[in-house]
Amino acid sequence: MRHSTFKTALTDRTARHFIGVLFAATLLAVLCNQLFPADSALHVSSYTITLMGKYLCYALLALALDLVWGYCGILSLGHGAFFALGGYAMGMYLMRQIGDRGVYGNPTLPDFMVFLNWKELPWYWHGVDHFWFAALLILLVPGLLAFVFGWLAFRSRVTGVYLSIITQALTYALMLAFFRNELGFGGNNGLTDFKDLLGFSLQADSTRVGLLIASAVALAVAFVLCRWITGSKLGRVVLAVRDAESRARFVGYRTEHYKLWVFTVSAILAGIAGALYVPQVGIINPGEFSPLNSIELVVWVAVGGRATLYGAVIGAIVVNYGKTVFTGLMPEAWLFALGGLFVLVTVFMPQGLTGVVQQNWPKLKARLSRNTDQETSNDCA
Amino acid sequence: MGHRICRLAFALLLPWLCSLAWAEAPKNSTTIESATTADPAPRDLHTILQPLTERSFDKKEAAIRQLAEQDSPRVVPLLNALMDRDLLHWKDQDRIVLGKKVDGDWQLYDPVTEQPLARVGRRDARAVVINNHLRTVINNQLALRSLNSKNSDERYQAANQLIGNLDPDMLAALSQRREVETRSRVLDEITTALNIAALHSDDLTTRLNAIDALGSDLHPTVKNTLNQVLRQSDSEVEKAAARKSIDRIEARIERFQTADTIFFGLSLGSVLLLAAIGLAITFGVMGVINMAHGELIMLGAYTTYVVQQLLPDSHEWSLIIAIPAAFLVSGLVGILIERFVIRYLYGRPLETLLATFGVSLILQQAVRVIFSPLNRTVVTPDWMSGAWQINPVFSLTFNRLYIIFFALTVFLALLTLLKKTRLGLQVRAVSQNRNTARALGIRSERVNALTFGLGSGIAGIAGVALAQLTNVGPNLGQSYIIDSFMVVVFGGVGNLWGTLTAAFGLGIANKFLEPVAGAVLAKIVVLVFIILFIQRKPRGLFPQRGRAAEE
Repeated sequence: MRHSTFKTALTDRTARHFIGVLFAATLLAVLCNQLFPADSALHVSSYTITLMGKYLCYALLALALDLVWGYCGILSLGHGAFFALGGYAMGMYLMRQIGDRGVYGNPTLPDFMVFLNWKELPWYWHGVDHFWFAALLILLVPGLLAFVFGWLAFRSRVTGVYLSIITQALTYALMLAFFRNELGFGGNNGLTDFKDLLGFSLQADSTRVGLLIASAVALAVAFVLCRWITGSKLGRVVLAVRDAESRARFVGYRTEHYKLWVFTVSAILAGIAGALYVPQVGIINPGEFSPLNSIELVVWVAVGGRATLYGAVIGAIVVNYGKTVFTGLMPEAWLFALGGLFVLVTVFMPQGLTGVVQQNWPKLKARLSRNTDQETSNDCA
Repeated sequence: MGHRICRLAFALLLPWLCSLAWAEAPKNSTTIESATTADPAPRDLHTILQPLTERSFDKKEAAIRQLAEQDSPRVVPLLNALMDRDLLHWKDQDRIVLGKKVDGDWQLYDPVTEQPLARVGRRDARAVVINNHLRTVINNQLALRSLNSKNSDERYQAANQLIGNLDPDMLAALSQRREVETRSRVLDEITTALNIAALHSDDLTTRLNAIDALGSDLHPTVKNTLNQVLRQSDSEVEKAAARKSIDRIEARIERFQTADTIFFGLSLGSVLLLAAIGLAITFGVMGVINMAHGELIMLGAYTTYVVQQLLPDSHEWSLIIAIPAAFLVSGLVGILIERFVIRYLYGRPLETLLATFGVSLILQQAVRVIFSPLNRTVVTPDWMSGAWQINPVFSLTFNRLYIIFFALTVFLALLTLLKKTRLGLQVRAVSQNRNTARALGIRSERVNALTFGLGSGIAGIAGVALAQLTNVGPNLGQSYIIDSFMVVVFGGVGNLWGTLTAAFGLGIANKFLEPVAGAVLAKIVVLVFIILFIQRKPRGLFPQRGRAAEE
């Protein structure tokens, strides 16, 4: 089997199809939003645009989780933490962009610090006025946390459920920490009331469209990156680690290094997803760290189907669309549906939606072709 | 290891039992007689009250003292009436009566019989005027009377009130009382009062003795008084003695505060133990990750609430019914979960985790729909409220005491069940090697269901206990699930003694960190510690050894 290079990852069929569908949908939505007037039946509202952008961020997050869970067998119940950290880094930049337009009109301090009677900016807030620095933080903070955490965990061979539980404890501890006002990230309320990003107003339709396109591009790039990683020689070793870690170790691979590498990449992708998510929803608060969010993310991937990459994306979009519809129609039923989904998927569909389709694909194809054969023969008669 | 912890537990238990026995002992203190029935021929109360009509405060004081010496049930109400300005001078008849304002007029009553006498105009009667000095006298006389009361609570109150009082009569009465008092807590108050009074003596030796004696006294006023001595005294010897006594008091307060923290830590630990012990069975013995464990605790708490609603008149003993009821409800739900979900997922721990998490969402939402998302309050029975006051700075609240005992009882019962019964033997066999156990004729499916039911039932019992401490709401379980997992993993999976040690260890550590770092930060520190600890020792404090550990 030939190992894929970045170029082949870009040109392989799955990636081409995926990117094609993604960009087609995004472009269609953007065009319908921009070209048709608001009362037209074909108009796509800005609300829908933002919603789509949000879904794409979730999809990117699910992709990141699929990389570690589907391919490396690490069930992280703390990926929401990396997502939220990326979001907070972006939130800090957006907070600094408010300048003196806050409620208290203080040019040097964000509103919540004025409210808490702080006199000067904490040291870790310096520098985030610059976008490049914030962007660096978005990549570095989740990446570094994942690196340190993974280094400690994988080196001492914490695996399976133990790892899942301590990742959950990690995000829980971070949630408790971020709820504290003293930490300097807005406590309970988090960071909000953002005005603009790189000079573009966040309320403007064009910015929303721009953010949607940025999310789609990020997702596409991440997808190709993940295809490349999983198709490369390293990806093969990672698969071996998932299926038989001890054997891979005995053969001579330093399995912990491979796991650490994949875990860190995944955390960085999650951080990027969070950074794109925050300007679209306009708020980031400690609730994003809650263990429930992280575990909900796991079910997206499970519903879509593990170890396929596009399955994670489909799962994230399907479940979140379901959530939007359900919480609108009957809010009480959503948690029942979500809970039922967890149970049904794990018990009856371990391969997820994509697995079900893949298993039945040959049958379906045969039936389809038989139908067309019959039709043609009928026509002939 | 097990033996060592066992000894530790006994070392903790024994002092408890002894001190409980000691607290019950001095109940036979009914041989108390009034010490001030000196006047042999009780005079008519009316005659005694008569001088109150006069203007002279001296004569009034004499009358009050005389009144206080009478052995009549009317004395206390009359003294109180005098304080409240309800005792009037009826000008027409020139006598003292009780009065009440009715529509601007006075309704007069006889001071002894309380019979209505007459109704007079506003100006025809005047409240007996008293000044501050008389008020003190009345208060002292009232205190003196209750000091010799038959009720020990009243005596305690009175002695407590007299601390800091320097009236020679009072001190004489206190000394007198000290000779006959049998209740130790009343005696302690009297001694404190006398020692504080002795600080004002003219004799330096008396003062020094008093200062020395006060050094072992934890009453809150003592420290203030000694500080006052330190500031005001001219004598260096006295100052040094006061400083020494203050240091002694502070050291003792600190020790008791440590004991207090340990007690709170133990009670938090026993809550953790209750929450985690069911998990220790399902996770530790069966290897099943049950994320719905917290919700099973919640179901137990709601069962307590429902039982109380069904038996509205019997809060005192509805808990006794709630415990088995919660065990059954949670146990049944647990068996259902095992039969319909977990059975299909044995050997796939990560999937089990996800599926049971789904179950937990469903249970939470079901409770929200049935009972509303608002918190419900469970009434705490009277015998659980209140505290056991050991000294002025150290008390043990009953609900926490009971929960510590309850947790230990549940723990021991579970241990006995696993070690001594047939079911326990089967459970251990299946958990060690399923195939061999089956080959030997154990129905492993049935054992699985029962084990899971047992673990869930214990979660329900934990819910009953938690309902006494916190509000009962749909999120009750969620807040304990991570802590419970931490306890089980920290202690070492599959080791009940490890769970016990981890629960109490984490509870006490948490409470010691709290004053230093604040509640939230303490929790974070503990979490981070566990995360790091697991990375050093992935199998917990007391890892399982042998073949089972390798799987």
